[in-house]
Amino acid sequence: MTTALNATYLASRIGGLIPDSVEQVEGSQVFIKPEWIAEVCLSLRDDGEFDLKMLRGLDVVDHVDRFELRYGLLSIEKNHEAVLKVRVWERSEPTVPSVVHVWEGANLQEREIYDLMGVVFDGHPNLKRVLLWEGFPGHPLRKDFP
Amino acid sequence: MTFGNRETETINRIEPVLLNLGPQHPSTHGVFRIRALLDGENVVDIEPIFGYLHRGSSKLAEERSYTQVITLTDRLDYLSGMSNNLAYVRAAEALAGVESPERAAYLRVAMVELMRIASHLMGLGFLINDLGAWVTPLMHMFREREKVLDLFEMVCGARITFSYMRIGGVSHDVPDDFAPALFAFLDDFQGRIDEYERLFMENEIIVTRMKGVAPLSAERAINCSVTGPNLRASGVNWDLRRADPYEAYDQMEFDVPLGTAGDNWDRLWIRIQEMKESARIVRQAVEQLPAGEVRTPAPFFIKPPSGEVYRSVEAPKGELGFYLVSDGTIAPWRCGIRSPSFINLTVLRELCIGWKLADLIVNFGTLDINVGEVDR
Repeated sequence: MTTALNATYLASRIGGLIPDSVEQVEGSQVFIKPEWIAEVCLSLRDDGEFDLKMLRGLDVVDHVDRFELRYGLLSIEKNHEAVLKVRVWERSEPTVPSVVHVWEGANLQEREIYDLMGVVFDGHPNLKRVLLWEGFPGHPLRKDFP
Repeated sequence: MTFGNRETETINRIEPVLLNLGPQHPSTHGVFRIRALLDGENVVDIEPIFGYLHRGSSKLAEERSYTQVITLTDRLDYLSGMSNNLAYVRAAEALAGVESPERAAYLRVAMVELMRIASHLMGLGFLINDLGAWVTPLMHMFREREKVLDLFEMVCGARITFSYMRIGGVSHDVPDDFAPALFAFLDDFQGRIDEYERLFMENEIIVTRMKGVAPLSAERAINCSVTGPNLRASGVNWDLRRADPYEAYDQMEFDVPLGTAGDNWDRLWIRIQEMKESARIVRQAVEQLPAGEVRTPAPFFIKPPSGEVYRSVEAPKGELGFYLVSDGTIAPWRCGIRSPSFINLTVLRELCIGWKLADLIVNFGTLDINVGEVDR
């Protein structure tokens, strides 16, 4: 069985690696401050104990007052997973650092989120629309999209 | 050195050519477009362009009840509707706290594995088609798939868009004549697949065009979030059926075939081996089928409590996951889809750069994507 890493322990270790980067722990999820997400991901990937070498999935929810990004991380070797989350309270141009340099697998997923939800990933090598065409008005998965 | 009145360098220099493939092209398996920059016959760079089949499934799901969303999932990867149904209903069940009976778990395993056989058959058939063996091998694959679809028709009346999995079980129990028909198919399939393996894997054209072409290392595959047969072809032992067993997979005996080089040949070979393992699992699931109900009564409109859940299954193309967020109403607040075909495309560019244009078609074919699932 794939086990979920203990979030409290994970948060304390992240706090040790990157001080002041954890926002909150809720259930099995660790909330990271948006500006630190790329550094946290990089250190978790290279940390021998966690070995989170794969980005299992990257998803986003529009909660009207905020966007919530969900990073599902996975260690194939150790068969455990962790969930990191990032809250962005900005609506006009929400910006989060890109994790493409950590996991190449984030490339298309970040483009999709930019396309459909309008979250900008700072440092993405090729951030443009992927499913819709250039010039499409708005971001359809937002709740205020008609 | 001069040639005539021109410098030879000017004569030998070849301008890069921009070639557009698709979206209407027989080897693009739907509507998929690749812009390739070529230096002579060598691929310098490619840019995949897709979205021509985008139907906004995630947005549509937000306006439908949890039960109605099942019909949308059929149309994601239209070659493996059963697997899509299963991934979704597992997420919805986890969100709503609905348990499904044991008989349904075995039936789900049997159907999903039959679906894997059908999906891999199509993947192989079209790949061989692209390699130049025009239509005949493809029709052989269609013949086998037809028998699988007949079995599905016997079970739920549909052949492509099943909606067989329901929240709390499956829609129908299997009829009495299903098991004999299934065993007849499996007995026949055993010989067929061995024949296909000999035909394909020992074919000189296939070996020379695929062995050692476009290898993908295990590290790169993991870093690029590649899942499914493509990941296992690179030698990474990761199969959700084994690593995180769901439904009745912990009761099944099967092997997880692994490749070594991660080249095109391995990616073809692994699909043939997976079909053999799937046939083993289907037989076990139907032989061990427990008696009882196939569906826990659940209301048509369910209102899961606020919360979120991510559940994934090993679909034929890779890890298919659904991320459902509920706000306590009858419709999901958000229905995120982790689509394996879409994410596997991350590696397409690096697989093709440096190889010939003719290899591009094969590299793209062995990734075995489905445009319905890429574009959603």
